[in-house]
Amino acid sequence: MDLTYTPEQQAFRAEVRAWLDEHVPAEPLEHFDATREGFEAHREWEKTLKSGDWGMVTWPREYGGRGLDLIQWLIFEEEYYRSGAPGRVNQNGIFLLGPTLIEFGTHEQKQRFLPKMASGEEIWAQAWSEPMAGSDLAGVRAAAVREGDEYVLNGHKIWSSRAAFADWAFGLFREPGSERHKGLSLIFFPLDAPGVTVNPIKKINGHVGFAEIFLENVRVPAFNRLGEEGQGWHICMATAGFERGLMLRSPARYQVAAKKLAELWLANSETADPTLEADVVRAHMNADAYALNIYQTASRLMAGAKIGPEASTNKIFWSELDIHLTQTALAILGPKAELTNEAPDSDEVDWIDDYIFALAGPIYAGSNEIQRNIIAERMLGLPR
Amino acid sequence: MDFTLSDEQLMFAETARTLFADTCTPDHWRKMMEQGQVREDARWSAIVENGLTLVLLPEELGGLGLAEPDFALIAQEAGYVALPEPLVESAGVAAPLLAQLAPDHHALADPEATIAISHPLNPFVANADTAGAILLERDGKAFVATPNQVKLTAEPSIDPFRRLFRVDWNERDVTALGDADWDLAIDRAALFSAAMGLGLAQRSVDLAVAYAKERQQFGKPIGSYQAVKHHLASAQVAIEFAKPVVAAAAAEIAAGDVQSRARVSHAKLVALEAADKAARASIQVHGAMGYSWEVDVHLFLKRALALTQTWGTPAYHRARIARRIFTQPMGPDQTFGRASAHRETVHA
Repeated sequence: MDLTYTPEQQAFRAEVRAWLDEHVPAEPLEHFDATREGFEAHREWEKTLKSGDWGMVTWPREYGGRGLDLIQWLIFEEEYYRSGAPGRVNQNGIFLLGPTLIEFGTHEQKQRFLPKMASGEEIWAQAWSEPMAGSDLAGVRAAAVREGDEYVLNGHKIWSSRAAFADWAFGLFREPGSERHKGLSLIFFPLDAPGVTVNPIKKINGHVGFAEIFLENVRVPAFNRLGEEGQGWHICMATAGFERGLMLRSPARYQVAAKKLAELWLANSETADPTLEADVVRAHMNADAYALNIYQTASRLMAGAKIGPEASTNKIFWSELDIHLTQTALAILGPKAELTNEAPDSDEVDWIDDYIFALAGPIYAGSNEIQRNIIAERMLGLPR
Repeated sequence: MDFTLSDEQLMFAETARTLFADTCTPDHWRKMMEQGQVREDARWSAIVENGLTLVLLPEELGGLGLAEPDFALIAQEAGYVALPEPLVESAGVAAPLLAQLAPDHHALADPEATIAISHPLNPFVANADTAGAILLERDGKAFVATPNQVKLTAEPSIDPFRRLFRVDWNERDVTALGDADWDLAIDRAALFSAAMGLGLAQRSVDLAVAYAKERQQFGKPIGSYQAVKHHLASAQVAIEFAKPVVAAAAAEIAAGDVQSRARVSHAKLVALEAADKAARASIQVHGAMGYSWEVDVHLFLKRALALTQTWGTPAYHRARIARRIFTQPMGPDQTFGRASAHRETVHA
């Protein structure tokens, strides 16, 4: 065990910091889920990142990445959140589909999809859930029928993050007649293909962060299938493990929030409920514990381990810490908590907005109830 | 930056695990309780023979000269079996401090002897009656005594294996040792209490899992019901997010600064919270059986309860973390943010 950064890692941090200092927009961008303009502004930011070679830092160089190891990735993320840089509109591509494509894709598929994902030219949405297949994802009904070199897609996808404005989606489709985990394939389709209808869905914060997607005889080349036919479940679970375990939520995000919370507390400690100090301390502890856990996981993966069901503990932990942290901020703000104009300056935190966003955490990427089932069954060995 | 344990560390922990699994089963404790035994000599001899008491002692005194991360793994295993003997406090806290202050002390030369330690944070001294030496504190100065040089008044603990005493003593009856690094003693004691907490917590979960697989209600094992699963999954989450804090606290303890102290405090808080949460979940999962003396979980609950309040209450440790938050830089670049790690001077 050695919990110090090497001189190379320190130099790397300085390099990231210098680049971000120079390039991060002075004014915050409009949220990518709020309007088309906000979305496009974030696409531009992705292009800026790519121009500095800071887009897909963990991808191999041959696919437009920087080939960083996981500790360097953590350092990058720390500096990224510290700088207040815009959110990543292509999160689904960078952290979910990208690593999965790199693991399961053919050389031609990687050549076709990764560079445009990296450049922000193609921004991705996820199309897994359906009205009757939420927590029970193996209940998906959307169908893919093979006709020669094409698939004909039909079905109804829902709760697809970014789909309102994105260019492409990756979805789970079933061979007609197949059941449950068998016969599923992971297939990509353009969101502007003939037969695709996207209906944005307003979230409780008023943004159109997700959408429902209707597919009516949508024809895509068989080239768009990732992995073997019928291997879709296996590939999705590999994706989900990575999502829950490591890359969906950087610890840095919560460490920045815990710092801002401490500042909020110091600015209001004369008037706020004194018992809230314990919650401010707790928020820091939670963010710190999450960071240490991720550093430990990164070290294990670098030493050759694979991510397993313990990924589910992470998803529970960060989603719950986020709610606790933002709720503490609202308690400190007191009667001002409900105001939506409390963050007029760019460097102030919009706590009510962050709190409303945090409430989604225990639901998306597999509800926390499902995560607890996974922990109980696969980590602890309790019966199904 | 590397958060993994070495093969040597894992092997040493495995040695302790095997030794405890063989010699410290619930049957062993129950026999000790029935017979009013305070120490099982065969087990203690095995602990001594395997070098577990020598981990933190310097090599020139016949010790292994290892560091806190190594002993934390042993403390975790001791927690997993709710070890009755005071291995952790004696070999993890008291002996290394005595070795620093009085390397020639006879208690260090006697492999069978345990060493007890008093501290202003603790109104009572554990296992003082059977100790070969008792380290005492007054106004920051250290003293050492044998049990017959002080007045011991027993104070019963709910944990049957924690024998607590009020210690009254007169400076002219004991040996003065001068200034001592009491901060290091607190840090080590809190860290190893945390490590024991991890072991206690995991054992509580494991006992409940075993029971929930066997116990049938409504025609199915109760472990197949989500209400039961979710209790235990939540306890496991608490354990998983205490583990890396304990590991980091052990690795950084030598720095002895505000940040490393906050991390030790963090480790103690969350590991013992996990132990409490797991023990209470385990009792609930066991149902009425869990409330019976016959089922073993209550020993883990009681040990967790005792360790939570000793070597610094939760409020004490929270205040140390608050000090770190409000006086040191925060943010994502500060997880391991210090440029160099060296201990502050004694009594800093």
